[in-house]
Amino acid sequence: MAVAAAGRRGRMRRLIGRDPIGYAFIAPYVLFLAGLFGYPLLLALYISFFDYFFAAPGAVVDRPFVGLRNYQQILGDPVFQKALLNVAEFIIINVPLTVVLSLVLASALNAKLPFRTFFRTSYYIPYVTASVAVIGVWLWFFNGSGLLNGVLGPLAPKPAWLVNEFWAMPIIALVVTWKQLGFYVLLYLAALQNIPRELYEAAEVDGAGIVRRFLAITVAEVRPATTLVVILATIVGANLFTEPYLLTGGGGPNGASMSPVLLMYREGIEQGHAGYAAAIGAVLAIGVMAISAVNRFVLERE
Amino acid sequence: MATSVANEGASAQIRRRDPAGGISWGRLAGLAVLVLGALIFLFPFYYMVVGALQREPKTDITSAFPNPANLTLANFGDINARVDLVRTLINSGIFTAGVLLATFVIGLLAGYALARLEFRGRNVVFNAMLLILVLPFQLFMIPLYVLIVRTYGLSDNYLGMILPFGVNATAVFIFRQFFLQLPPELFESARIDGASEFTILRRIAIPLARPAIITALIVTFIGPWNEFLWPFLITKQHDLQPLAVALANYISTVASRAANPFGSILAGAVVLAIPAVVIFLVFQRQFIESNLGSGVKG
Repeated sequence: MAVAAAGRRGRMRRLIGRDPIGYAFIAPYVLFLAGLFGYPLLLALYISFFDYFFAAPGAVVDRPFVGLRNYQQILGDPVFQKALLNVAEFIIINVPLTVVLSLVLASALNAKLPFRTFFRTSYYIPYVTASVAVIGVWLWFFNGSGLLNGVLGPLAPKPAWLVNEFWAMPIIALVVTWKQLGFYVLLYLAALQNIPRELYEAAEVDGAGIVRRFLAITVAEVRPATTLVVILATIVGANLFTEPYLLTGGGGPNGASMSPVLLMYREGIEQGHAGYAAAIGAVLAIGVMAISAVNRFVLERE
Repeated sequence: MATSVANEGASAQIRRRDPAGGISWGRLAGLAVLVLGALIFLFPFYYMVVGALQREPKTDITSAFPNPANLTLANFGDINARVDLVRTLINSGIFTAGVLLATFVIGLLAGYALARLEFRGRNVVFNAMLLILVLPFQLFMIPLYVLIVRTYGLSDNYLGMILPFGVNATAVFIFRQFFLQLPPELFESARIDGASEFTILRRIAIPLARPAIITALIVTFIGPWNEFLWPFLITKQHDLQPLAVALANYISTVASRAANPFGSILAGAVVLAIPAVVIFLVFQRQFIESNLGSGVKG
């Protein structure tokens, strides 16, 4: 009897693992994941294949299956194309700037210099502050008669930065770079602290100068961190909403800073074309994941 | 844990005073880079406070160095007349507290299970969590809006605000990493003594996990406190909006009609920024140390 029971326990153990109580511990989280991520993910894909629009609650409406029509429409929509170009412009400015500046600042922090804690903390403060709060300052700073134009005098662009079709997107890219940089500095700092000192000492013995050591050892050793930085910065770029909404007054001027998520808000929530907006979300997500995969492949290739 | 942090601090101080480092051009250049960085990162905050305290709506170069006679708290009264600061702060607080509570209860249980308990399907849950960390939110914006506003009727409702943020995936990750680092003998001896897993979690794991819990709670705090898009989508009633949403609405619609728009916007910005910045400054040492730690190990 005892042997049979032990055998049953053994089989159970192989089937569900040593600690069945784990299911009780993880159940609330699994419910959360399934209800608020799994199901919405499927719902997003479902909606994107229908002419799905919002009706009064309780009203029975016909929402016909339209296949790929939403996708065809958004890809042919000049506003969406412009929004994608804007994200590309954002990434082209933000990503190299982020990688270079955060690596330089992290290297300086990694040297044994005085007041490191103060510097590290001050770089991180923009990251913990609400976008809405810092946008208030930048609105004032880039204002037509603001501080920056006061300093520049006759060199100031006309129209002013945030209402200038050429400058609106670069300013958004700079403001977001500034806000996020502290996070990436910490990421690089952790990677730098993992590089064995012997590598530098050996290179010094071999006669490599400081620049050569930085390029051959530091840049090479932090490559996995660089991959992560590039991927995260791309996701931030694809997710832009608050800055174009508030800083440039709703993607202005003239759509020059329209972002895909702002377009989703306009089309999906304001106009009620949920199918169309869900298709934008799907295209964006596929794009972000494709860029992430390419980055990983290119940056981590030996 | 506290003593080891203190020791590290002491040895760092000794290293800093080490004369062997000396003063070299390299160190000076490094210091110059750090100082320049600090100026660029901190000046906007100085400018925010200075702007919030100025009576006249100056936007030119003198605005950065105001005459002390021109300083006032009137802008805070102005913004409070347009945006009920107390009410919106309470809303931000309820939204944030709900997310913190859910993350603390559900996330700790999940982190413990993912690190210390063996059961079939554990890796599936872990991979799903990692996937959420990289999936962009815009993919979920429309379906969550459909579900929460249309299906469940939770617009203008705290629960509707809290649910999508519910359990912060980064916090679960931090909990798991921390519990993984604890020596297995701790848990085995308690199990031999017949303690239930819940008792082990409560009596052994949680007291040891204090640094991880503080880090996770700060990471979680800044999410909902600073969040704009989601509560903006689902709150139309003013008396339910968090401060970030109310201030943003003020910026985008009402500000153009105010006498000193930047003064009142910046006063609101200061009120919104202070809680997150203060919490970060109070816990920054513990926060940054363990953040670095999880980055290294993760």
